[in-house]
Amino acid sequence: MGILVKDKTVVVPGEVLADDLGFVPGHGTYRQNQKILASRLGLVNIEGKVIKTIPLAGRYLPKRNDVVIGRVMDILVSGWRVDINSPYTAVLSSKETPEFIEKNEDLTRYFDLDDHVVAKITNVTSQNLVDLTVRDQGLRKIRGGRIISVNTHKVPRIIGKKGSMVTMIKQATNCRIIVGQNGWIWIDGEPDKENIAVQAIKKIENESHLSGLTERIKEFLEKETGIKVEIEDKGDYNGLQ
Amino acid sequence: MKTKVIIMVYNKRIDGRGFDELRPIEAKAGVIKNADGSAYFKMGKTIAYAAVYGPREMFPKFQQDPKKGVLRCNYNMMPFSGAGERVRPGPSRRSKEISMVTEKALLPVIDLNDYPNAVVDVFIELPQTDAGSRCCGINAAAIALADAGIPMKDLIAAVAVGRADGQIIVDLNYEEEHLHEFIEVESKEVADIPVAMIPSTNEITLLQMDGIISKEDFMNAINKVKGAIQKISEIQRNALKDKYGESIENGESIYNGESIYNDSDDRTE
Amino acid sequence: MDYDTKKHIIECLDKGVRYDGRKKDQLRDIEIKTGVIETAEGSAYVRCGNTEVLAGVKMAVEKPFPDTPEEGILMVGAELYPLSSAKYESGPPDNKAIEVARVIDRGIRESKSIDNKRLCIAAGEKVWTINVDIAPLNDDGNLIDVGSMAAVAAILNAKFPKYEDGKVDYKVKTDESIPFDKIPVAITVLKLGNHYVIDPSDLEQDAADARLTVTSLEDGKLCAMQKGGDNPLSIEDIDKMITLAMIKADEIRKLIKNS
Repeated sequence: MGILVKDKTVVVPGEVLADDLGFVPGHGTYRQNQKILASRLGLVNIEGKVIKTIPLAGRYLPKRNDVVIGRVMDILVSGWRVDINSPYTAVLSSKETPEFIEKNEDLTRYFDLDDHVVAKITNVTSQNLVDLTVRDQGLRKIRGGRIISVNTHKVPRIIGKKGSMVTMIKQATNCRIIVGQNGWIWIDGEPDKENIAVQAIKKIENESHLSGLTERIKEFLEKETGIKVEIEDKGDYNGLQ
Repeated sequence: MKTKVIIMVYNKRIDGRGFDELRPIEAKAGVIKNADGSAYFKMGKTIAYAAVYGPREMFPKFQQDPKKGVLRCNYNMMPFSGAGERVRPGPSRRSKEISMVTEKALLPVIDLNDYPNAVVDVFIELPQTDAGSRCCGINAAAIALADAGIPMKDLIAAVAVGRADGQIIVDLNYEEEHLHEFIEVESKEVADIPVAMIPSTNEITLLQMDGIISKEDFMNAINKVKGAIQKISEIQRNALKDKYGESIENGESIYNGESIYNDSDDRTE
Repeated sequence: MDYDTKKHIIECLDKGVRYDGRKKDQLRDIEIKTGVIETAEGSAYVRCGNTEVLAGVKMAVEKPFPDTPEEGILMVGAELYPLSSAKYESGPPDNKAIEVARVIDRGIRESKSIDNKRLCIAAGEKVWTINVDIAPLNDDGNLIDVGSMAAVAAILNAKFPKYEDGKVDYKVKTDESIPFDKIPVAITVLKLGNHYVIDPSDLEQDAADARLTVTSLEDGKLCAMQKGGDNPLSIEDIDKMITLAMIKADEIRKLIKNS
């Protein structure tokens, strides 16, 4: 019988996606006799013979190499425990900082409770124990500005193709913005411009499933800031600054 | 209101419904902004809100399961939700039992293997009840869990079937649960049977019964569940899709987002 | 709340900017609906921004308290449902929940808007008890003010059930309203740095140095007050906050009356 849903439509758990042994159930789907059913709320993605669903909802689960924004929640013997907006907390070892930290040094000199950091996940174990590093370029403690929380699944949309969306917001509002894969976003600039950036991001979050979003955000930013923005979808966006 | 009508068998329902007919249903997903997933579900005059928080770190720690996540349900009636006197706030034995059977009703389809040591909390609150409250709560909870992105095979749907004055009926309201208080009946025996089912397999995940009924009538009543469940399931699915503005117009979906979703979003890799 | 975030919130206020774009004395968008719960004798739903609350009135006939044999009983309760915020846990009410309930309760009872003697059926034996319960659905700050609004709207919406032959018939509502002649309105004013802020969001509440909840009446009288927060308030602060609260209370009172 074949595929029963259109590509990129919203499907719900238990919905029949295909009734054909010729298709392969990918992530977010499962097989029941001849049929393939969705196993989560998501967007259908059909590539060749593989049917999968891309999640639309769910809390952030840590993944290796993700750049995230975290909040120091505890000082440990040789590092810090960091809240990364996930069911799982992460550990930043004192060996993973660019500075050399001696054995009995006071760790709060580097990161204190409630400090926010931009860090990269270096490892996630099977029990979801998470290791962080701040050694790479661009990773550091962040000061000032404000942090908002968005649905982790909207992060790609907020960043945009090659960073085009977030670059547009930065241009218009003249704010520094760092988008963590874990759904926490840091915005730093003039207070009224920060608000505009926040509104633009929330708008993307709410309207991510509607077409013409990039144009609408461009219009919104131009109207609110009076600055003409360019959509650049070339170039390299590494998630930082 | 006590209507003095003498009938031999309950052959016309008090609210005029057909014997297999559900009460009017309203469902909405994403109604509680703070929650990771949520839903509103109304069956006749019974209303349930469900909010899902999780997966999140589980406390107390000794209840954590290192192999997979834990589902924790909490059912509660608001003090003004009963037709008669005020319901004293706080857990009762009844609400604790309903919390437990709700959890058992939802668990069989849920996959929490990706969330060791974490908990998925489901809170069900009823502002207004008119029979079928545990079923209404389960229906809301299923939508809320999907809304929260929890991996599951299907949306559990629930309804109470039963027998009142000799007649097998679907989705009893309060009056039918206490039929002899409202109309003259041949027999005061009422059976109230809440059932939860997996729509795609017709397997039963919750089954309780209060009352007196023959086995034959009981099996007849159970067979009525399938049809009702399919209708409820469709409403649950639409509630989720409506949240995303997913409209089926002329069989074509109007969703055509400029998606830049790519493989790196797939967390279960 | 961490120091950096609080500092930033105050810096923004110093520059005239509030996180959600409002002015310091500006209320969020408010929606009030009454008669929303059929099983309650009176009910209301209030949405203030993203904070949503239900309130329901249940009445019963019971024995009066021994020390007030000719007076009916009015009690206002509130619970902080874990449904409404990740911050709340299941279990018996903690201090925050108790404070919300008691501040709202006192604001309404101390207004003497209900003459409890009019609730007496038979002295020493039977009086009406009125229970108002506040149920938050989504907590984005300012539960005290929003809960109080909902409670008052629910009381105004309520009708006595039929009372016959010593029994309450909940299925029949009379035309009789609860004799509630003044409209107490609770307004919480936050002090953030040097700023006074009305109708705080959840984040602003966490950042506050101190807060003052003032319950006032139409005739300009104050009937209840509660100071909260870890820091002190000067007498000048209190003076200004009361004035601000009373102006806002009038705005809210109009909304309640029109609902």
